[in-house]
Amino acid sequence: METIKLKIDGRDITTEAGKTILEVATENGIRIPTLCHLDGLEDVGACRLCIVDVHGQLVTSCTTQVAADMEVLTQTKTVKEYRRMILELLFAEGNHVCSFCVSNGGCELQDLACELEMHSVRVPYAYPRNRIDATHPQFLIDRDRCVLCGRCVRVCAEVEGAHTWGFAERGSAARVITDLAVDWGAAESCTSCGKCVDVCPTGAIVFKGASNAEILKDPDLVARLIERREHE
Amino acid sequence: MSKVKIATMWFSGCAGCHMSLLDIDEVFIELAGRIELCNSPLTDLKVFPEGGVDVTLIEGAIANEEHLHLVKEAREKTKILIAFGDCAVTGNVPGMRNGIPTDHLIEDIYGKDTTTNGELPYDVVPRLLDRVRPVHEVVPVEYFLHGCPPPPGVIAKAILALLDGKTPELVGEDLKFG
Repeated sequence: METIKLKIDGRDITTEAGKTILEVATENGIRIPTLCHLDGLEDVGACRLCIVDVHGQLVTSCTTQVAADMEVLTQTKTVKEYRRMILELLFAEGNHVCSFCVSNGGCELQDLACELEMHSVRVPYAYPRNRIDATHPQFLIDRDRCVLCGRCVRVCAEVEGAHTWGFAERGSAARVITDLAVDWGAAESCTSCGKCVDVCPTGAIVFKGASNAEILKDPDLVARLIERREHE
Repeated sequence: MSKVKIATMWFSGCAGCHMSLLDIDEVFIELAGRIELCNSPLTDLKVFPEGGVDVTLIEGAIANEEHLHLVKEAREKTKILIAFGDCAVTGNVPGMRNGIPTDHLIEDIYGKDTTTNGELPYDVVPRLLDRVRPVHEVVPVEYFLHGCPPPPGVIAKAILALLDGKTPELVGEDLKFG
């Protein structure tokens, strides 16, 4: 393995080529906020919250590999401003009413508002009105709480191998769908394993029957499963 | 030293933020000597004192024409305006009606089955705005207190900082919605 040297926030770091900036930063105790990233799943750079400055360019640290003599800055004024605007747009695009949500207190979007010091959303809220799909016997999806991180799509394909979840449409009409946009309860490929529920960072995909602030997700499940499979 | 004048207002919200304000317990003893509580649901005073106030806490979202009028007046008569709680900061629960036409709402709630027979006395009842707005969409806001309701500790921290002439340091968990 080729050893390379780079700088993150002025710190000299020696690491192996082929790793992402996010991996190297995390290994060295440097915190970069993330939302769509999940240990164990392929990174896709969907949410853009992990952007960092590399020689004046903003790149997603989860999908950019480290290179020799790279100089990475994770907390510049511009990086912070862009992360905050991205977060505000995520809040504005959905109906993220924390006080009314089953995931209140266990939501990664809610936590990011604290971490990125989002005092208010400076753009008007969109107030989408998607139908809630509660046709599955155990789970339901409220697409107005979806941030399109694609964790459900990836865990279903990469870990469960069912490929039930997918994306449809583009732009503000983009949404996650089950099978060919049929109701979840009618999606024949779904194995009802529930991994999508545990990895969903918000209250979009949840167990039925939960009331306000009752749902706690288990996103680390994926990394544990993958580790166990490696031991088989 | 003259006392700092504070007003509080209650728009489209459940009064939970005011309840949380009452929950700051012994901090009130310190506040008693340093503030003058002016117009507020707690004092039942309805109008701003002559010369305005230093700080106004606004609970609730802007949902009708009266709120819109009063929040503009509050802005004119206040040095530091605070959006107090999630409804004021984001629209929160009252905002969940946004996207439904207001006449449908009125019809559903005050429709044919009620004694008013769907007729609302608009000479005394303010009309609903087409959509509920957070306070900062209508007037500039200096500080935002998150939470449904904001925890008493955060309220006390913000008010005490302002009394000392400092910027309230609202960080981390202080900024938690819900």
